[in-house]
Amino acid sequence: MENYDNMELLRFTTAGSVDDGKSTLIGRLLYDSKSIFEDQYDAVRESSERRGEEGVNLALLTDGLKAEREQGITIDVAYRYFSTPKRKFIIADTPGHIQYTRNMVTGASTANVALILIDARRGVLEQTRRHAFIASLLQIPHLVVCINKMDLVDYSEETYEKIKQDFEEFSYKLNVNDVHFIPISALKGDNVVTKSENTPWYDGSTLLYYLENVHIGSDHNFIDCRFPVQYVVRPNSDDYHDYRGYAGRIAGGIFKKGDDVMLLPSGFTSKIKKIDTFDGEVDEAYPPMSVTLLLEDDLDLSRGDMIVRENNQPEVEQDLEIMVCWFSDRPLQPRGKYAVLHTTKEVRCIVKEIRYKLDINTLHRNEEDKTIGMNDIARVVIRTTKPLYYDAYRKNRITGSVIFVDEGTNETVGAGMII
Amino acid sequence: MSYHLNHLKELESESIFIMREVAAQFERPVLMFSGGKDSILMVHLARKAFYPANIPFPLLHVDTGHNFPETIEYRDKLVEETGARLIVGSVQEAIDSGAIVEEKGYNASRNYLQTHVLLEELEKGKFDAALGGARRDEEKARAKERFFSHRDEFGQWDPKNQRPELWNLFNGKKNYGEHFRVFPISNWTELDVWMYLAMEEVELPSLYFAHERPVFAREGTLLADCEYIHKRPEEAAAVETRMVRCRTIGDMTCTGVWESEAKTIEDIIKEVSIARKTERGGRTDDKRSETAMEDRKKQGYF
Ligand SMILES: Nc1nc2c(ncn2[C@@H]2O[C@H](COP(=O)(O)OP(=O)(O)O)[C@@H](O)[C@H]2O)c(=O)[nH]1
Ligand SMILES: [Mg+2]
Repeated sequence: MENYDNMELLRFTTAGSVDDGKSTLIGRLLYDSKSIFEDQYDAVRESSERRGEEGVNLALLTDGLKAEREQGITIDVAYRYFSTPKRKFIIADTPGHIQYTRNMVTGASTANVALILIDARRGVLEQTRRHAFIASLLQIPHLVVCINKMDLVDYSEETYEKIKQDFEEFSYKLNVNDVHFIPISALKGDNVVTKSENTPWYDGSTLLYYLENVHIGSDHNFIDCRFPVQYVVRPNSDDYHDYRGYAGRIAGGIFKKGDDVMLLPSGFTSKIKKIDTFDGEVDEAYPPMSVTLLLEDDLDLSRGDMIVRENNQPEVEQDLEIMVCWFSDRPLQPRGKYAVLHTTKEVRCIVKEIRYKLDINTLHRNEEDKTIGMNDIARVVIRTTKPLYYDAYRKNRITGSVIFVDEGTNETVGAGMII
Repeated sequence: MSYHLNHLKELESESIFIMREVAAQFERPVLMFSGGKDSILMVHLARKAFYPANIPFPLLHVDTGHNFPETIEYRDKLVEETGARLIVGSVQEAIDSGAIVEEKGYNASRNYLQTHVLLEELEKGKFDAALGGARRDEEKARAKERFFSHRDEFGQWDPKNQRPELWNLFNGKKNYGEHFRVFPISNWTELDVWMYLAMEEVELPSLYFAHERPVFAREGTLLADCEYIHKRPEEAAAVETRMVRCRTIGDMTCTGVWESEAKTIEDIIKEVSIARKTERGGRTDDKRSETAMEDRKKQGYF
């Protein structure tokens, strides 16, 4: 408990096709890390019994909605929490079917690590490729391939090596930096929390050890200073009469008191007078801190503007190339107009061109069929009503991402990564 | 110097970000204040988010009339300290006016009546965003809740048709008459809340600490003895004084108390970190059916 204030937060997402053992694995992580409470366990045991299932179905722990429990599938993203003395974990448990690509994309958008499950008996399948592709598209920094159900293939090193090779054969084409392979049995517990005696040929770490120790310190961008203004703090009191603070969350880089800064869109320059927080002034601020910046000069700056460094500016453009994942059952409209949310800014856009639709199983670029329906991924060109201050998504996930909102229904209809 | 936040600071930063989004995207936000530790945390975070300005929205307390007196005392003190504006919605008044009917008999609780009063108050104040201190680790239906949760003009939640939330982009767009429920502490667990309150040295209502109180057991849960609960004769006979504390604070009729010796926040943290039951395990309102929480949420319960 003493080192609780030294714990880091790690967000991971799980992907796998039906029956690969995703729910069982999460159940085991929660159970073995003592994060399942007695009454939760009892409730799950009771409903398992009521449904006439044999044994305790740990999947019921994660499948929370009525429809999901009735249909026995995961239809939404569920968030689970557990911690060890080293880290607190947030799991985004997402369904693996192709018709839930959008849910996978949602869960992946904030993840540090993606777990991809493979059934050792079935090896690399089409959906494995899809899951790996989504992880690379969303630029999840670390990928762990869990080769599961090793107990059903006699813990065979040969099977493991074959799957590993198959995976590497296609993953080298993807933009993934850090891939790990672990042979496990989610059901029996091999190499999940404790090292298995059944896999003496495996000298890597257990899954939990990996999750506890993977280096996530550089998952943020600490180089390019980006501060989207979120809210202007102007206290209505005599004590703070002239106070004008720009509240927001650091999206990139390290801001220091005294730094020369430039404001977008005006291009004016100023200096950071103070970095303020409720707990007092700080000398520097870095992602993902929420702070309030005060400037030396009295300049006009409001929500949606950005504070940057003069010698390191983001792109400023109205015409953008975007990889979009579509969420709505109403297809993306060529020449359609949408609201676009980007950092703290809102603009409107028109879809100028659909370059291609991507077959996410084969990565084939389809330039003929350009109907972009729900769960499709496509490369498009948009023009916005005002310039966006952005970085390529691969440089910064915060300043490189947008969502599309239907102006008629107000629904979020798409998610985009700026190229 | 290593540039990393510990997990409590990262959660704090995320919650502050959400609160500022609410202030920026909505015209009339309100913070639902129950008096429990989660809403105390919410007020604390809201102060941080807008410092040195005051919290730019009022607090709304739905008073069931069956509160622990300590809750009201604490609430009034907090309001005075923060300079926040307080709105009280009264379940008692709604009953007296005939707008709602009191449940009768064994297990009667005003918890369900809160929904009506809450929706009335939201409408009366024309609030377009109601901030709540619900956490995803509390209950299985809440595990699917979004930070920004859209409600139709009847205040209903449609869990199958939720807006996806990606990165730190929150879509608060709505039609006239609709509103949002916003849950800035979604990603906190019970233990996180306690650790953070300890780290920040936030003062808490005495109910959270072990004290002597007359209690009785009902269906495996200890309830504080009070005039608002209809007791069976055998329950009345079994009332005895024990050393207990609350893990959640709500309406007296449905908030279970726990046997505990935890007298300081450090004791509580020790207790919570080895606890084998969820805090809502003591809430009799959740036990009515397997999907009790989901059903109530759909109707507008918070
Ligand atoms: N033998 C064996 N069975 C497993 C293992 N992991 C999961 N299973 C079984 O595979 C089935 C599907 O598992 P489940 O966790 O529901 O898969 P999901 O659809 O990916 O969530 C269940 O019957 C599990 O008991 C494993 O490591 N070994
Ligand atoms: Mg499952």
